[in-house]
Amino acid sequence: MTNYLNFEKPLAEIEGKAEELRALARQNAEMDIEAEAKALDAKAAELLKTLYSDLTPWRKCQVARHQDRPHCKDYISRLFDDYTPLAGDRNFADDHAVMGGLARFSGTPVMVIGHEKGADTKSRISRNFGMARPEGYRKAIRLMDMADKFNLPVITLVDTPGAYPGKGAEERGQSEAIARSTEKCLQIGVPLISVIIGEGGSGGAVAFATANRVAMLEHSIYSVISPEGCASILWKDAEKTREAAEALRLTAQDLAKLGVNDQVIKEPLGGAHRDPNTTLEAVRAAIAEMLAELSQKNRKQLLADRRKKYLKMGMTGLAA
Amino acid sequence: MNWITNYVRPRINSIFSRREVPENLWSKCDSCGTMLFHRELSDNLNVCTTCDHHMAISPRDRFLGLFDGGIFTEVPVPAPIADPLQFRDQKKYPERMKAAQKKTSETEAMLVVVGDIGRTPIVAAAQDFSFMGGSMGMYVGNAIIAAAERAVKLERPLILFSAAGGARMQEGILSLMQMPRTTVAVQMLKEANLPYIVVLTHPTTGGVTASYAMLGDVHIAEPNALICFAGPRVIEQTIREQLPEGFQRAEYLLDHGMLDRVTPRTKLRQELITITRMLLNLPPEIKGDLPPPTDAAGSGTKAQKDLASSSESKQA
Repeated sequence: MTNYLNFEKPLAEIEGKAEELRALARQNAEMDIEAEAKALDAKAAELLKTLYSDLTPWRKCQVARHQDRPHCKDYISRLFDDYTPLAGDRNFADDHAVMGGLARFSGTPVMVIGHEKGADTKSRISRNFGMARPEGYRKAIRLMDMADKFNLPVITLVDTPGAYPGKGAEERGQSEAIARSTEKCLQIGVPLISVIIGEGGSGGAVAFATANRVAMLEHSIYSVISPEGCASILWKDAEKTREAAEALRLTAQDLAKLGVNDQVIKEPLGGAHRDPNTTLEAVRAAIAEMLAELSQKNRKQLLADRRKKYLKMGMTGLAA
Repeated sequence: MNWITNYVRPRINSIFSRREVPENLWSKCDSCGTMLFHRELSDNLNVCTTCDHHMAISPRDRFLGLFDGGIFTEVPVPAPIADPLQFRDQKKYPERMKAAQKKTSETEAMLVVVGDIGRTPIVAAAQDFSFMGGSMGMYVGNAIIAAAERAVKLERPLILFSAAGGARMQEGILSLMQMPRTTVAVQMLKEANLPYIVVLTHPTTGGVTASYAMLGDVHIAEPNALICFAGPRVIEQTIREQLPEGFQRAEYLLDHGMLDRVTPRTKLRQELITITRMLLNLPPEIKGDLPPPTDAAGSGTKAQKDLASSSESKQA
């Protein structure tokens, strides 16, 4: 069953009607509804196309957070072979919001790290909704160090509402963990590729996405603060999320203009969750391309490129 | 309720409060409420003489107290393009900027300077919380990069005073990108084996804490400074319980291993001199040997201040 977003309500009605007609026809063999049902299907397809042809930033936020959107776990199981999770920060705990380990990408051994939000109530709670604690960042630092030592490319999959704002997380140095993870991203002499597959939430995302190449899915978002947070601070009105989403320029398309991401990966019509397989394959192709390009570079070039990229970022702004 | 509470009482209060603060010669301590004479307060670096409460201090005033004879020279910071996202909330971003510039008579939220402390040449940068909450945008990123580059060029340590509510939302993702940008600046210092000392002042939060403020060789905080990633209000909303007294304050972070020291502002200069000279393998500072503040030194400082403010008015 499709889980419809709020703005997809008209679509849900049409598709619901078509479904009802077909259910009736199944009970009563004499009824001929095929023509009518097909007309409804066509209407639904047309509406889906219109709805998704020009998604507003706020609608993109909703699509990026859709519960059925493929998550880190889906990407790892489909795009990688021999995935061997490596757990723990050797210090305090293993953070289940962060997946990470050795794997093969088209035969090449790599280190893959990503935020996992969970797929149902139970896994969402155990994954802490994809909000990492300091242990998660420290695990990532450990894995990046290992990748650097054994000369393995690092691929990060970003999908987090942000770092977890909890008491224990603060006690154990959330800020320091994020700062060190960002620093580690800038220190490793191996290709670092990041794909923002859903939500790129603030510092929690930067800590993984300070990469040589950053790709974003068409309807993914990446922002300094959630539209909800921004609305309540600047508008003093939590309802102004639509305005905040627009002002923040958090869409893959706007961010590409600013040079934050290097490419936008196209999603199937109606968003990644309507056709996960096509999405996963598109991401595979994008990673393969970026990896091929970066494996031409030596350690020194990789480090220098990454540093240069961030030093000059933002010098032109959106107007240019 | 009635006209006595609505009208008469506010009027009486306003008459009294007007008498309490004649032409801003007196400031009231936010913590203990003592009235402090402005000269006494500034001599004590905006620390309450009664209860030791550390009030905010502008980067310029801080540097006047920090450097030998109050002498320092500003390091120019490359100006980023204004309003990169054409951001607009209830007000336009450029309007908010203008208001902040008028309020502080500074160009932006960070001041970078060079000068000597205890005859030790250093580069220093200080964040200005009164300028849009000290928030980190392209300018602050540029300032930290300029400070690091200057320190590397002159082979001097960098001492950074942080104070910020976090990232500048009006610059959206570009404010977030200052986290990696400033981290690159810190790396430049590390590669050159130059000391990078962070003094965390009240408040240091959000993306600022989660980047350059937590990457120092030495972390010193001023007493009772709030230092955190997520603020107490956000955490209380998330976990739905009251946080303990002193949570996320400097002393608490010291206990949890995130800081090296908590040092009162009045003792900071001496401590910074001692630490920097040891890290640089220099002999101890020769104490009591500094020339008394002569007229020349005093007027030099004033001339510098005038020069700085005139260059700003040209920019504005």
